[in-house]
Amino acid sequence: MKKITLIALATLIVLGGLLMGAKTIQVKGSDTLVNLVQILAETYMEKNPGSALAVLGGGSSTGIAGLTNGTCDIANHSREWKAKEIDLAWEKGVKPRFFAVAVDGVSIIVNEKNPLNEMKMSDVGALYRGDIKNWKAVGGPSLGVSLYGRQSNSGTYVFMQEHVLGNKNYSTDMKEMNGNAQIIEGILQDEGGIGYVGVGYLFDQSGKVRKGLKVLNVSKTPDGQAFSPLDKAAVDSGNYPVARALYQATNGKPTAASADFIRFEISDEGQQIVVKEGFFAISPAQRAENEKNLR
Amino acid sequence: MQKKRLANLKEAAIRAFFFTCGVLAILALVGIFVTLITTAFPAFKEINIGQFLSGKTWDPTSPEKAEYGILSMIVSTLLVTGGALAIAVPIGIGVAAYLSDVAHWRVREVVKPIVEILAAIPSVVIGFLGMVLFAPAISKIFHIGHGLTALNGSLLLAVMALPTIISISEDSLNAVPAAYSEASLALGASRWQTLVRVKVPAALSGIIAASMLGMGRAIGETMTVLMATGNSRTFPHLPQAFLESVRTMTANIAIELGEVPYYTTHYYALFAIGLVLFIMTFVVNLVADVVLNKYQEREQ
Repeated sequence: MKKITLIALATLIVLGGLLMGAKTIQVKGSDTLVNLVQILAETYMEKNPGSALAVLGGGSSTGIAGLTNGTCDIANHSREWKAKEIDLAWEKGVKPRFFAVAVDGVSIIVNEKNPLNEMKMSDVGALYRGDIKNWKAVGGPSLGVSLYGRQSNSGTYVFMQEHVLGNKNYSTDMKEMNGNAQIIEGILQDEGGIGYVGVGYLFDQSGKVRKGLKVLNVSKTPDGQAFSPLDKAAVDSGNYPVARALYQATNGKPTAASADFIRFEISDEGQQIVVKEGFFAISPAQRAENEKNLR
Repeated sequence: MQKKRLANLKEAAIRAFFFTCGVLAILALVGIFVTLITTAFPAFKEINIGQFLSGKTWDPTSPEKAEYGILSMIVSTLLVTGGALAIAVPIGIGVAAYLSDVAHWRVREVVKPIVEILAAIPSVVIGFLGMVLFAPAISKIFHIGHGLTALNGSLLLAVMALPTIISISEDSLNAVPAAYSEASLALGASRWQTLVRVKVPAALSGIIAASMLGMGRAIGETMTVLMATGNSRTFPHLPQAFLESVRTMTANIAIELGEVPYYTTHYYALFAIGLVLFIMTFVVNLVADVVLNKYQEREQ
């Protein structure tokens, strides 16, 4: 009798495992996205019992290679695919479709005593490369520049390096802080300080920018208009330059299960989570593009 | 007969158990050393060992050219640790002398446990205090933009090393035979002269051991310096280096080991830094041991 129960139990477990396994959607890729997608997946699984998602990091390249080789269903990537990667995918019969699920924006902050209100993106790059060491050179007071940044294990560190520094080395004088909150802590006390942090970290409990901080407007071109990262329209239209879309890619038209998860991510509820985690919501244009790709 | 055999067996088992315990500690040390060496060694297939030790720039993730020079980190580590000892040793000996010779026994019963509780504060808490309390104070006092400096790290490490230094120094001062101070006082020396010229020299081996243990704590401390010193990779510009942001070897390993791709030169290089740190602490301990032995010989 006991034996029969055991066998029945074992069968159940194996069957259950198979059923679950068949449904598990494998998501892999960008480390910038891994925490966000993990939280989205958890919320989604709570609302849809029986669904299963496994989210892994490893970097954008890992995700893209995974989708190409068929080892994952959804690839997270925080940069666009290289031409070579798309060619390779097509050779293997994988036709990627892209979905923007969030927008990653970095705000450039200074101490409120700094008289500057805006900067060119090229100047921000020059400061962080260590080419400019005094605020005077960018129209500020005669005061040494004190750089605050993230540590090399941070996605934002790499994003700034690729996007703003023009793929050049950071100045070794940059203080490498343990997180967004520490950068803000430093800037609050340092009149010559400049830092970069995710937009979600700028606000106090009442939803205002924290006292003592100033968020700089940034212009893309030397004579272009400067935009604020707090201006949703500017971020949506791509006018705020220190921002990028974060994508997920599927092989061709997503399966019903994947499509349902992506729909949840780009729904209002999903985008609320995106904003809560410190990212920007996607723009209406990106949303329309996503809808097109889902069909 | 049977009973005696059983007792012998029990004796042997207990003996074996304690022998294993003793060997285990040695095995762990040898294991760590072997792992460090084997994991650090592949780094030098691509990095010149001379450049590794004398290079001033560390930038393994550089998009331009990866550089693996750890000299600035070695200097920063020595700077922060040296600063901590310069603060903690005089204060530590002072407190120990106060507790053993000056304070009323009631005061001592209260103060000593409090000092020992200081050792139990988690390093991350001390690091946080450094960030929000010490750093702003340093920036105000020295009129610099920020206080995330080597000095900040030294101050915090001094706080962390103090309990060890005080506790062991006090014990060794107490262990000086009463006859020494009685003889000194009988010869007409004042209490101050007795303390400084008789008791402290007599307890010197213990005081040195205490300082070395404090140094061991400071040199290997990671979280506090990681939070408090700003971690910039720049080479310390002597002499104002104490007011600059620095990155120690431990902080660098902690920052980068979490995200480094496995089995790359960068990964191996981090272990090589660990190996250098291990050798440094080993030398410190060895020197402390030699010094201790010398003093003990002289005392006998």
